[in-house]
Amino acid sequence: MELTFYIASAVAILSTLLMLTRMNVVHALLYLIVSLLGVAVVFYLLGAPFVAALEAIVYAGAIMVLFLFVVMMLNLGKHAADTEKQWLTPGIWIGPVLLASVLIIEVVYLSRGNTADSVAGAVGPKQVAIALFGPYLIGVELSSMLLLAGLVGAYHLGYRKAEKPEIQHDAHTHERRADASGDLVLAGTDQSARTP
Amino acid sequence: MISLLWLVPALPFASALVLLLFGSRFSRRATAAVGVGSIGLSALISILVAVSFLGAPSAGNSYTQVLWTWMHVASFEPQIGLYLDALSLVMILVVTFVAFLIHIYSAEFMIADDGYSRFFGYMNLFVASMITLLLGSNLMLLLLGWEGVGLCSYLLIGFWYRDPANGLAARKAFIVTRVGDTAMMLGLFLLFTQLGTLGIQDLMQRASEQWHSGSTYAVVAAFLLLGGAVGKSAQLPLQVWLPDAMAGPTPTSALLHAATMVTAGVYLIARTHVLFSLAPAAQFAVALVGAATLLLAGFSALTQHDIKRVLAYSTVSQIGYMFLALGVGAWQAAIFHFVTHAFFKALLFLGAGVIINALDDEHSIFRMGGLRKELPVAFWTFLIAGCSLAGLPFITAGFFSKDLIIWQTWSANQGHAGFWIAGMIGALLTSLYIFRVIFRVFFGPLGTPVTKRPGYAMTIPCLTLALLSIVGGYVKGPLLRFLHLTLPQTIEAHAGGLTEIGSEAIAGVLFLTGVYFAYVFHLQRRSLADVLVANPVGRLLHQWWLGDWGFDWLYDRAFVQPFIWATYINKSDFVDALYIGIARLAELSYRGLSSTETGRVRWYATAMAAGSVLFIALVLFL
Amino acid sequence: MLAGILFSLGLISLLVRRNLIFVLMSLEVMLNAAGLAFVVAGSRWHQADGQVVFMFILAMAAAEVAVGLALVLQIYRRFKSLDVDELSEMRG
Repeated sequence: MELTFYIASAVAILSTLLMLTRMNVVHALLYLIVSLLGVAVVFYLLGAPFVAALEAIVYAGAIMVLFLFVVMMLNLGKHAADTEKQWLTPGIWIGPVLLASVLIIEVVYLSRGNTADSVAGAVGPKQVAIALFGPYLIGVELSSMLLLAGLVGAYHLGYRKAEKPEIQHDAHTHERRADASGDLVLAGTDQSARTP
Repeated sequence: MISLLWLVPALPFASALVLLLFGSRFSRRATAAVGVGSIGLSALISILVAVSFLGAPSAGNSYTQVLWTWMHVASFEPQIGLYLDALSLVMILVVTFVAFLIHIYSAEFMIADDGYSRFFGYMNLFVASMITLLLGSNLMLLLLGWEGVGLCSYLLIGFWYRDPANGLAARKAFIVTRVGDTAMMLGLFLLFTQLGTLGIQDLMQRASEQWHSGSTYAVVAAFLLLGGAVGKSAQLPLQVWLPDAMAGPTPTSALLHAATMVTAGVYLIARTHVLFSLAPAAQFAVALVGAATLLLAGFSALTQHDIKRVLAYSTVSQIGYMFLALGVGAWQAAIFHFVTHAFFKALLFLGAGVIINALDDEHSIFRMGGLRKELPVAFWTFLIAGCSLAGLPFITAGFFSKDLIIWQTWSANQGHAGFWIAGMIGALLTSLYIFRVIFRVFFGPLGTPVTKRPGYAMTIPCLTLALLSIVGGYVKGPLLRFLHLTLPQTIEAHAGGLTEIGSEAIAGVLFLTGVYFAYVFHLQRRSLADVLVANPVGRLLHQWWLGDWGFDWLYDRAFVQPFIWATYINKSDFVDALYIGIARLAELSYRGLSSTETGRVRWYATAMAAGSVLFIALVLFL
Repeated sequence: MLAGILFSLGLISLLVRRNLIFVLMSLEVMLNAAGLAFVVAGSRWHQADGQVVFMFILAMAAAEVAVGLALVLQIYRRFKSLDVDELSEMRG
């Protein structure tokens, strides 16, 4: 169990590192997807399978796909890769690395006291669902409003008088949230699926 | 009747207030009525008071009227009190009467001016301050009047304020007299702290009791008071302001700078004569100042071409005579000369005003000429006044008073032959310069044409003063006896080698000599005057005397330039630096903070990360 | 600790890269790391709260990505480049 954890976390960290250093955007995105999947494994190992699934489906599946869509749409060619190479001079890394290492040190310092449990308790989806419908109901409603706002905003910002059809990014997201959001959101989704 | 004394200064005060506050709403007639009428009433009341005073002499030959107490500060309680004795009575009579005549004159002279009510307001304020000065029973009130006349002098010299040159002249007058005023105030402080009172009569009494002759306090105080008198009366070395003060209207020059204000110094010294008797060194200095001034001003007057400046220097010179008289102990002679001088000098100025007005504001005597037939009244009155000034024997008032002074410089106990010679030379110079003006202006070919003739309001005062300039001298005996009530008799030493008649004879000869030379140079063969000036030595002297013996130049170099330099240096002093520093600091911090707003996301993110790291570190490790 | 490391990596990437897409991606990394921390904490205390919060974070991330990418499109249209440093009109 432990080994799996270490391997998964190593994969996550490594792929994140690789993601940072890629010149090509699409490559970096793919590495990011791998990292997210690694984290999903970690979630599963922590005894939260539902969240693991969510991570894989929503995060890696929907959000990264969105990214890919936009990147493809922008059609950044070789020129972009070259400029990236230009921008990433070695000297640039020093500052942020320094800052981040200080942060890491602090985090390590903070977490050194708690060596207590190795096996985390599993918290099943049923428990999560009861929590969502119970005390966190307001949070659910608020997050649905947030998503609505995001939807409207993205539609408005992406609007173009040109004949190029716009992809409504939110459509996919909302489909995944069916169990939590309710009919209100779905209704909005249907209407916005039309292209202007 | 005598208790109406307080009205003499109060009426002009009240009318000044009315005119200055509401005068712009009055018509010309109303303004003139108020302005002239108040002085007229004042003069009338002075006469009534005089009659009452002479009729029933009171104890100590003086009358005191206390109005109220000015202030109560610990043991310092000066009172508003009026003190009337022979000296102040003579002076207020002259002042109010001459002021009355000049006000009538200026009712017509200033008729075209916009500031008509302002003019009369200031003139009335001046008369009120002068009377306060003369009647004040203590030094505080005298100081009040002193400052008041200084203020009015400033206001009136700069009356036509739209021309900046007038403002400068007014400032110069004020600042120079201020120097003298400071000396005088120091003298007053000294007297007060040493003798513990401000009442003038008390002061004199205590001084004579406590200080022996020649004591340091007396000498210092007397010198300081002399400083104040020198400033106000435009004597050496503070005479530089009076010629420039001619920038004011002619009635102002006539009233302030001829007849009344400039004699305030003479009054001060006469009033505190006890103090000066106790300080022979100071008294000698008074005489010295007087003698030097009368010569200096006489020479300067010879070269001037502005008619009013000639008269200004003449005033300085004549007051020098009064100072000379005071200095040798001829107290009554000085006051007698004051009386006659007021008459003929005011007349000279009024006559000059008539000429200037008639010639459409022409001031230079070299551009005038032949006005004898054109302005007969002006001619005859000016001539009479000029003769009185120069001392035409027996028929003019000036002769009596001036020759009395010159004689007493020889005969008095503190007299000196040198002073007598100075007085004689001064007499020669006087007749020279005044007849120079007369021959240039009234004789010879017609210069600038006459455009306006004076009306009755201008001619009647002139005629009145001319009459007084003639008969004024005949009151010599009674006047001197009257003044003896207050001022001590001049101590006459044995006059060796010269009698009074002899002195007068020599003076008469000098008068005729002056007339003759003036005739030659300025009428008969005018080219001679030009030759004299063209001569290198002559030109040098001419320039030097024209520039007032270089005093203006000297003061400019010695005082004005360093002061201006100091102000430039001090423009950005350390106090400024403090305030500028604060502004600079604010500006720097603004620059610093605004440079953190680069608009770049990564910069902001870095800042946020660094900040949170720091904060966490602080929380963890502190 | 894993979460901490991932977060720092995301931070570094955010500060270093100039391409706008990369910036958004690193933002996602950071969010993910934070969510991981939450889930770990919830698991440690045997409570559902951690996962619940993770779900909220997820929803928020989704909305943010949507709007963010729409903005990226607009920016690309306007400035013709995706350089973050170009977008500095709010300076001074």
